[in-house]
Amino acid sequence: MRSIIRSFLAGTALLATFGAHAALSIFATVPEWGALAEELGGDKVKVYVATNALQDPHRVEAKPSLIARARGADLVLATGAELEVGWLPLVVQQAANAKVRPGTAGYFEAAAQVPLLGKPTRLDRAEGDIHPGGDPHIQTDPRNIARVAAPLAQRLAELDPPNAAFYQARLARFNERWNAALAKWQKDAAPLKGAAVVVQHRAFTYLIAWLGMSEVAALEPKPGMEPTTAHLSQVLQTLERQPAKMVLRAAYQGDRASQWLAQRAKVNPVVLPFTVGGSEAAKDLFGLFDDTVQRLLKGLA
Amino acid sequence: MSRFPLAASAVALALPAALPAWSGTDADLAEIRIQIQQLKSQYESRIRALEDRLKDAEAAAQAPAPAKASSSASLSAFNPAISAILGGTYSRLTRDPAGFGIAGFPAGGETGPGKRGFNLGESELVLSANADPHFAGKLTLAFTPENEIAVEEAYGQWVTAPFGLSPKFGRFLSGVGYLNEQHAHAWDFVDAPLAYQAFLGGQYANDGVQVRWLAPTEHFLELGAELGNGGNFPGTERGVNGAGSGAIHAHSGGDIGNDHGWRAGVSWLRTRAVDREGFSGKSGTAIADFVWKYAPNGNSRDTSFKLQGEYFQRRERGDTDASLDARASGWYLQGVYQFLPEWRVGARYDRLDPGLIDFRPKRSSLMVDYNPSEFSRIRLQFARSQTQPGAADNEVFLQYILSLGAHGAHKY
Repeated sequence: MRSIIRSFLAGTALLATFGAHAALSIFATVPEWGALAEELGGDKVKVYVATNALQDPHRVEAKPSLIARARGADLVLATGAELEVGWLPLVVQQAANAKVRPGTAGYFEAAAQVPLLGKPTRLDRAEGDIHPGGDPHIQTDPRNIARVAAPLAQRLAELDPPNAAFYQARLARFNERWNAALAKWQKDAAPLKGAAVVVQHRAFTYLIAWLGMSEVAALEPKPGMEPTTAHLSQVLQTLERQPAKMVLRAAYQGDRASQWLAQRAKVNPVVLPFTVGGSEAAKDLFGLFDDTVQRLLKGLA
Repeated sequence: MSRFPLAASAVALALPAALPAWSGTDADLAEIRIQIQQLKSQYESRIRALEDRLKDAEAAAQAPAPAKASSSASLSAFNPAISAILGGTYSRLTRDPAGFGIAGFPAGGETGPGKRGFNLGESELVLSANADPHFAGKLTLAFTPENEIAVEEAYGQWVTAPFGLSPKFGRFLSGVGYLNEQHAHAWDFVDAPLAYQAFLGGQYANDGVQVRWLAPTEHFLELGAELGNGGNFPGTERGVNGAGSGAIHAHSGGDIGNDHGWRAGVSWLRTRAVDREGFSGKSGTAIADFVWKYAPNGNSRDTSFKLQGEYFQRRERGDTDASLDARASGWYLQGVYQFLPEWRVGARYDRLDPGLIDFRPKRSSLMVDYNPSEFSRIRLQFARSQTQPGAADNEVFLQYILSLGAHGAHKY
């Protein structure tokens, strides 16, 4: 009996070592960081993405499937800035995986790598479901993706030293392609400069800052609160004074409020993919911004 | 003892990997190239960070600086996360709750629909933090409307335990069943299912130790075992040196496509009672539980549906008096449908079989709740409860729940 147990344990240990060498197992909380990890890691990483583009990232639960996947992860790749505050701490704790606890090399927060916008001046839940550190939806600005890419590649190299050169080479190639694409997006998006927009949830702060657009109003009366008729009427009044071209919402958000507004004011409802997988065309990070820019230009027309 | 062989084998494994790096000049060159590349990228990211800081500083110079934290911050910087739950109900009951009982079941723990009229519910205060790199702790205090403070949970956890183990020690809600581990404010109805009231006195908490093991597979499989002092209902305080109660549980769960998720399990709780309403002997409770959740694309913001049910069976065997041997069972089934982002409706059916007598207690409940945000809930519940022979109790509850402070966890 003892020998059976011993050989079973040895087998498990052996499998574990092989598994670790075969690929770095990455648990990405949202699709954009999963996609970035694949760009940088290629076949040296195995990426599991915890949520999809049609899910509200604030409202995720610590599902059994997530706990099981976090158990075997070498790296938890999160947005941070409290985006996943409702579920990731619980998942990491229940996964009983000391390797990926916050503060260890196996825990990486993208929002810690970029300057955050929209820091609330008043920390009070009367302001809605606000994020004390600033707006966590950093992925809507492609320059932030590049800012996350370099430290992420370094972290991958740290966790998987034999492939350090591989990750650095992938990073260099990614940066090259990304900079070329960025130049094109910025050129294409030039007409968007100065365009006034209404947003459903304040989730496009970085996109608006990047393209030089201006945010006139938000459909949610406070972050995380459902739009009310009273508030929408106020937005309508604001639009009479400050007309906007379009009303933006993410793929995971319902269309009722923006349709309501579009019927009453001359604004085009525009659905943005928001993250990888949010639309047919947003198959990867490049497609995400190709599609975002195209949809915005269409909304402008 | 075991650390040395482990370290030795780690060195043995690492050596062959390290050796080739020194064996040829090509490899040396490659190494240097990597280092240069790493340095380059480090500098690039540092320069970028500096640029960003400069930008931030410029922006900050224009905007008035936010008020700095007071100097006492250094003392309070390590304060645990604090949250408070406030709750209260207004109840209208046709039967006097003072006479509440569940026919055929011994009374114990917190049972019944509560008092009539306006009631302050239990207010909860939760403190949690890491103690050090290895241990974390959580304290949940319940303030009862009678101005008493009860320690609902106070446990430590070894968070860096190896092999997927999660040891927990102190007072904690047992991992048996599905609803048992959830605090009352997270329930979908005002009160606990009848089966929880009859078999576990509302909720089963242990003073003891728990170890959970999560299988290293992509499919969720978790096993847990607990030892406790066994003082809580259905057991009684007996002053024994060893463990007074034991529990084991196994849970599995997963997703089916993007839309569906589930969790199911079996649990067994074993304890002893001495002179509990005249009964002395062994008590064993088996529980089967499941929950199934549906949300289109997994997005539970707008619509979702949750179906959950649990089945209980208890066998009790008297030490001396065989006439006290009993086998009782009970179950509940409930569904909650979120039809708009802020609105949910739910229905629940409870049924018990005491075994010893023919009367079978039952209850039907309907609820609707309004959730203006994640941190507030207002609920209206109707129930028709027949826990004793005679007239049914028609119950109406209006309840509020507010959560203050640290963001709560979205438990599945």
